[in-house]
Amino acid sequence: MKINDVILRTVTKIVVFIILTLSVYLFFSGHYSPGGGFIGGLVLASAIVLMYLTSDIETVHKGMPFDFKLVAALGVLIATGTGFASVIFGKDFMTQAAMKLNLPIFGETELASVVLFEAGVAMTVIGVVVTIILSISEDE
Amino acid sequence: MTINLAIVIPFLMAILIPILYRRFTKLHIGWLVLAVPVIIFIMLVRLIPFVAEGHTYSHTYNWIPSLDINFTTYLDGLSMIFGLLITGVGSLVILYSIFYLSAKESLQHFYCYLLLFMGAMLGVVFSDNLMVLYAFWELTSVSSFLLIAFWHHRKASRAGAQKAMLITVTGGVSMLVGFIMLHMMTGSYSVHEIIRNVSQFTDHQLFVPAMILILFGAFTKSAQFPFHIWLPDAMEAPTPVSAYLHSATMVKAGIYLVARLTPIFGGDAIWFWLVTVAGLVTLFWGSFNAVKQTDLKALLAFSTVSQLGLIMSLFGMGSVAFKLGYSDSTIIYTQATFAALFHLVNHSTFKGALFMMVGIVDHELGTRDVRRLGGLMSLMPLTFTVAVIGSLSMAGMPPFNGFLSKEMFFAAAIHMRDLDIFSISSIGILFPVVAWVASIFTFVYCMIIIFKTFFGKPYEKSEGKPIHEAPIGMLVSPIILCVFVVGIFIFPNVLGQYILKPAMASIYPGFAPAEVLTPKIHAWHGINMELLMTIGVVIVGVMLYRKLKTWKPVYRLFPYRFSFNELFRHLLEGLESGSNKVTTSYMTGSLRKYVLYIYLFFIVAVGGYFLFSGGFAYSSANDAPVEIYELMLIIVMLLAGISMLFVKSRLTATLLNGVIGFGVSIFFVIFRAPDLALTQLIVESVTTVLFLLCFSFLPEWKREDSPKSVKISNAVIAGAVGALVVVMSFAVMYYDEFDSISSYFENAYELAGGANIVNTILGDFRGFDTMLEVVVLFIAGLGVYTLIKLKARKEDTDNEN
Amino acid sequence: METLMILLIGVLIAVATYLILSKNLIRVILGTAVLSHAVHLLILTIAGVKKGNVPLLKEAEAPYTDALPQALILTAIVISFAVTAFVLVLAYRTYQSNGTDDLEGLRGQENE
Repeated sequence: MKINDVILRTVTKIVVFIILTLSVYLFFSGHYSPGGGFIGGLVLASAIVLMYLTSDIETVHKGMPFDFKLVAALGVLIATGTGFASVIFGKDFMTQAAMKLNLPIFGETELASVVLFEAGVAMTVIGVVVTIILSISEDE
Repeated sequence: MTINLAIVIPFLMAILIPILYRRFTKLHIGWLVLAVPVIIFIMLVRLIPFVAEGHTYSHTYNWIPSLDINFTTYLDGLSMIFGLLITGVGSLVILYSIFYLSAKESLQHFYCYLLLFMGAMLGVVFSDNLMVLYAFWELTSVSSFLLIAFWHHRKASRAGAQKAMLITVTGGVSMLVGFIMLHMMTGSYSVHEIIRNVSQFTDHQLFVPAMILILFGAFTKSAQFPFHIWLPDAMEAPTPVSAYLHSATMVKAGIYLVARLTPIFGGDAIWFWLVTVAGLVTLFWGSFNAVKQTDLKALLAFSTVSQLGLIMSLFGMGSVAFKLGYSDSTIIYTQATFAALFHLVNHSTFKGALFMMVGIVDHELGTRDVRRLGGLMSLMPLTFTVAVIGSLSMAGMPPFNGFLSKEMFFAAAIHMRDLDIFSISSIGILFPVVAWVASIFTFVYCMIIIFKTFFGKPYEKSEGKPIHEAPIGMLVSPIILCVFVVGIFIFPNVLGQYILKPAMASIYPGFAPAEVLTPKIHAWHGINMELLMTIGVVIVGVMLYRKLKTWKPVYRLFPYRFSFNELFRHLLEGLESGSNKVTTSYMTGSLRKYVLYIYLFFIVAVGGYFLFSGGFAYSSANDAPVEIYELMLIIVMLLAGISMLFVKSRLTATLLNGVIGFGVSIFFVIFRAPDLALTQLIVESVTTVLFLLCFSFLPEWKREDSPKSVKISNAVIAGAVGALVVVMSFAVMYYDEFDSISSYFENAYELAGGANIVNTILGDFRGFDTMLEVVVLFIAGLGVYTLIKLKARKEDTDNEN
Repeated sequence: METLMILLIGVLIAVATYLILSKNLIRVILGTAVLSHAVHLLILTIAGVKKGNVPLLKEAEAPYTDALPQALILTAIVISFAVTAFVLVLAYRTYQSNGTDDLEGLRGQENE
């Protein structure tokens, strides 16, 4: 796709940045307010897709030299791995552990293995969505 | 513990064989395999004295306790006999096979299958749990299939293997159903527990069906008439396999089962008639057909069928003792069972030797056809001796063990005449008559084995190579068996006291003391009916053999067209073409048809339910109020949906789909589901991008050019499905028999430490679902990737060529 | 509200069914997309709408809307996305290698 639209590109740069911030916010806020691994991952993936749409593949690839298939695979590994972690501690499979911390600045904070699990989910979503879009657009 | 090991060792070795085979390329792998049965045999022999004193061993591993399936091994007299046969004959057969099979054959497969069989067979006889027994039982069928088809480049081998597999597995499945019925009756899968409690269940309505189904399994396995047809075809297997599986061990699994279950079903008239009559008919039919065979191995196959029938009928006759109860006058009827066990052992010895003898002849001369063989006596004196000892023992001649058990068989048949239960008395005379006639044919085919092979016109080999005696290694095993044949005749009571007595105790538990059940075996008990019958057999047998040519046309009365083989073939072909027809009639390859089946079933099943149950309910009382903007949204979505059917371009359709999707996400907002709204919004955007991307590879859609009738029927079905969903949804919405479980999740903060309930469900309460979902997502991604890249690779190779 | 929603869902499902029964690949795929939209709405509607607040314990007061169907739908959305993507690629690969997107033309031949 050859789009050479200066305005679109400039806007994209700003928008992508906003979207990225939003996605990180969504990811971490998922425990208390709307958000979480799926949504955070999807938003991030759509930001990346937007970048691909406006710039060409090589440029984006320079900025983010990941193999998104590996990102997805790693995500699955983390998501299933946290499940097995509880088995190692003698609990049932997929038992999530949570710990309440009282940090000075953030106030009452939750330190939960769910976050790790969600991170796995998010990585899978990002990896898969980008892989799908990329492989289709690379196809001749 | 020892017994568990005995089952496990062959399996372990079967796994190791392919690995070892590569290591020891010089050595014939059989020598390593030989160690397995020899070790187990020695282990069992050391246990004989304890078992002979009436002890039993039992050990349980819990396997699936919730289903009452446990890995229970049990060693008593009956399983001891079989264990010894399996390992003893197994050792000799493997020794023999080392010389029979050249190193060029794929020996690792052969011995792997053989060990698999040995382990499975030991599992069958040592398992107390019926389900475990069944599993091993089918495993013997599978390994038998693999062994029959060992020379799988031959068509006959494959056909024989298929036939054996089909028949025995059909029987096996019916047996499984029988076992499950037994469990439904008694609440237990343990044979010994069932035997303890069986008296309460003999009137149960499942008692007879269970018995018949189990017997069907036993009969197919033990090649009883009319299921015997697989056994002659199974002779395509290498001779060691025929000697081992299809003569000494596997075919006796059915007999084992009958013996094992006699305490449960024995005493029932149907059991008696089925087992005895099937046995006698098989005995007669097998020996009658054996005479006309020209292939020595086929002859032995039919003789095996016949001998199996003999043993089976003896177990049937022995079961009447349960009906009569224990007294001094009824103890005589248990002697049939004793004879059965005795003949079981004897048959394994002489038949094993005979099979090995035929294998030697085949190996040295390249043919087993009695019409071409002859005059081998002076060329192969040792083989000749084996043949004579084996055949005469089979014919029931002294001084060989077959004589003793054949006499006992006659005795048991004669005693049947005097019985007045099960309405035997009217036809009681038939028992000894059938036994006698069958024995005459047995005598005749034994003569054929000896005289047609070793006497008469000398065999001339076309290549002119000199015929000589087999290598000594091949002769060791049959000679050892022949030593047993003679040895058992001379010292029958050693066998009786140490092996048969505990087996009798396990077939008649609590019936009478084991000593009373075990008679002293004598070779000579004066001139009596049995002896006269034997003499009669010899006289008539010799006459018939001499006049063979004159009466052989009798067999033409049984044309091949009407044989059970043909029936089986027709059945199989009919089944094949029938199922092919049925399948092709609905598996048309048209997606529309397949989807139609699903929808039609849905309409008929669910719609029919509502029509007949009156389950439909509707009330709008609880409905939430409708705001004007909601109404507008609904109308927009309705319009988008309906116009999707009529738009001319795929782009418009996709955008309309997007409209519906965004409408859905707005509804998510209205319905207080912020997570969903966010997700739906993003997914919808990405999906639309996807559609647009893919459209660059797909053609613009054409107008549907289906006939009008198809379109109308599609529309009707679509309308019906939509209406049904509406009806169903109303019914579900106003269904209030159950409370909602959702309040549980409102404790999310205490239970999972999160305030977003949806998210805690996803990450914690139902984390397992989410994990699998992630996996699905990943697989879909991989699928897309491979679909695209696979083609790229293919094109590359195209370019290179 | 629920009654209206269910009627809308019924129409959408009928549309989806009609599309799925057609013989053009893209129509079938679009049909499945519409079908999943309809089903997602259905699950949420059947649970009862506007019965409570957003299921966020810290931000709203009880009673809360039923959160279980929402979790189900969230899973379903992602899965249906994955399936749609896969089917789309499958469709255009089928078209590339067979030269047609007509399902009747894609039927396997007898004795192939």
